[in-house]
Amino acid sequence: MLPFLKYEFLQNAFLTGIMVGLLAPVLGVFIVVRRQALIADALSHITLAGIAANLLLGKWSSFFAAANPIYMGMAFSVGGAIFIEQLRKVYKHYEELAIPIIMSAGIGLSVIFISMADGFNTDLFNYLFGSIIAVKRSDVWTVFAILVVVLLFVFFMYKELFVLSFDEEQGKLSGIRSNWILVAFMAITALVIAASMKIVGILLVSALMTLPVAASIRIAKGFKQAIWLSVLFGEISVIAGMFLSYYLDLASGGTIVLCLVVILFLTILYKKFTGSRKVGHL
Amino acid sequence: MNNNIGSIAIRVDDLSFHYGDKNVLQHVTMEIKKGSFLGLVGPNGSGKSTLIKCILGLQKPQEGHVFLFGEKVNKFNDWDKVGYVSQKANSFNTAFPATAFEVVSMGLFGKVGLFRFLKASDKNKVWEALRSVKMDQYAHQNIGELSGGQQQRIFIARALVSDPELLILDEPTVGVDTESSDSFYKMLKELHRENNMTLVLVTHDVGVMTNYVTDVACLNKQIHFHGNTKEFEESSSENMSAFYGHHVHVLHHDHGHE
Repeated sequence: MLPFLKYEFLQNAFLTGIMVGLLAPVLGVFIVVRRQALIADALSHITLAGIAANLLLGKWSSFFAAANPIYMGMAFSVGGAIFIEQLRKVYKHYEELAIPIIMSAGIGLSVIFISMADGFNTDLFNYLFGSIIAVKRSDVWTVFAILVVVLLFVFFMYKELFVLSFDEEQGKLSGIRSNWILVAFMAITALVIAASMKIVGILLVSALMTLPVAASIRIAKGFKQAIWLSVLFGEISVIAGMFLSYYLDLASGGTIVLCLVVILFLTILYKKFTGSRKVGHL
Repeated sequence: MNNNIGSIAIRVDDLSFHYGDKNVLQHVTMEIKKGSFLGLVGPNGSGKSTLIKCILGLQKPQEGHVFLFGEKVNKFNDWDKVGYVSQKANSFNTAFPATAFEVVSMGLFGKVGLFRFLKASDKNKVWEALRSVKMDQYAHQNIGELSGGQQQRIFIARALVSDPELLILDEPTVGVDTESSDSFYKMLKELHRENNMTLVLVTHDVGVMTNYVTDVACLNKQIHFHGNTKEFEESSSENMSAFYGHHVHVLHHDHGHE
């Protein structure tokens, strides 16, 4: 075994990282092609509010002090996701407004909860920027459960998610019940965001969802290939980023995101040199 | 009317639609026979696309009813009998990472059903549909890399892949160059002749269309004319000028067909 992995906390971080490196890009593909890349940002900020709420409640109640704040974060995140879908219906012609509304509500709540809990502590700092030493064994199992749910959902709903991402009208004509699928998708996205934050941190979760996709859609042939490449780029960045984080003693979120940025630039350069071809004309 | 109910593909019954206080469609009543190739024409803003969306159940009219194959549209379930190429097909996200093959296979998803996957026989159907629009050699190209005319063929293939009995096309040649749109119309005519399919073609391109369709309907909030192409041509100048509000010549193009 790698010397790196002899400590339990590093095993935890590594296992969680590998799962998150798969989950975030898989959902990210659907989010990006639906032009909702910013949703991940909105949801991560509402997740922060949940975590801050748990830290605050922990001051008063031993139940919350003992609870893993990730669960409260998930509850807030899923609530925020459902609220976004509702807001999108209220503002039919300004769908993107839902995102800043939820995002600012999330930040506002977080700031209030944090100040009520007498300011920042290390715990909170870890949630903001990600830390590989803060991952507990219970986090690994939580993320594993989410992994199973997400993979089953995407595997069995692939057709539906694909059509709805490309062309909602066609989806409706195929008799697809778009509403509940989209709400379920948002709820699952919220879970993955909450699951990813220990590793990459709340401020950088959306990067892990969108940057691998931004790189893959430059070069992928087809949707399935876009998914595979996104996962590949996500995994490379998470693994390389965690190594760098450990050996150079840097915040893991930052090293992972910088690896993603490097990959993104490489794909852009690759595309530039191989050139984009328009195929024939009729 | 009831004695020939089995021969009617679409029946629109006293349909009215408005957005807020703006009337889009007023008391539209029409029947489209099975096996006909109808050109639905009208100026911009005449409600053509809205009528199509009401027919497909994508919009709910405030008054009136639509029947597809004798079934009320909100109860209609055989959506794989219906193929639709929307106007939006011209303005989809061209950077979407999907191959032509993947786009066409979407047309089968309703038939395949929830929690199921495409079988080998389904994939053969996708190939068949791609061949029928002569796009099989581009199957593994991303849709965004194809030209406008080629993309349009892919969307037709998507509509055809479930073997529909009725194919509805909303302004399919907008943004496609003349040469491509001519070969496109020819392809539609072949599809109509060979498969005995009912076609509804929405267009403002009155001149070219009359060379291909069997029936014409003119819509401008109301139906102003609905008959076969011959009747339309005989009455066309007065119809058209009343209809568009100025004098219009229907141009006859000959593209080498008898």
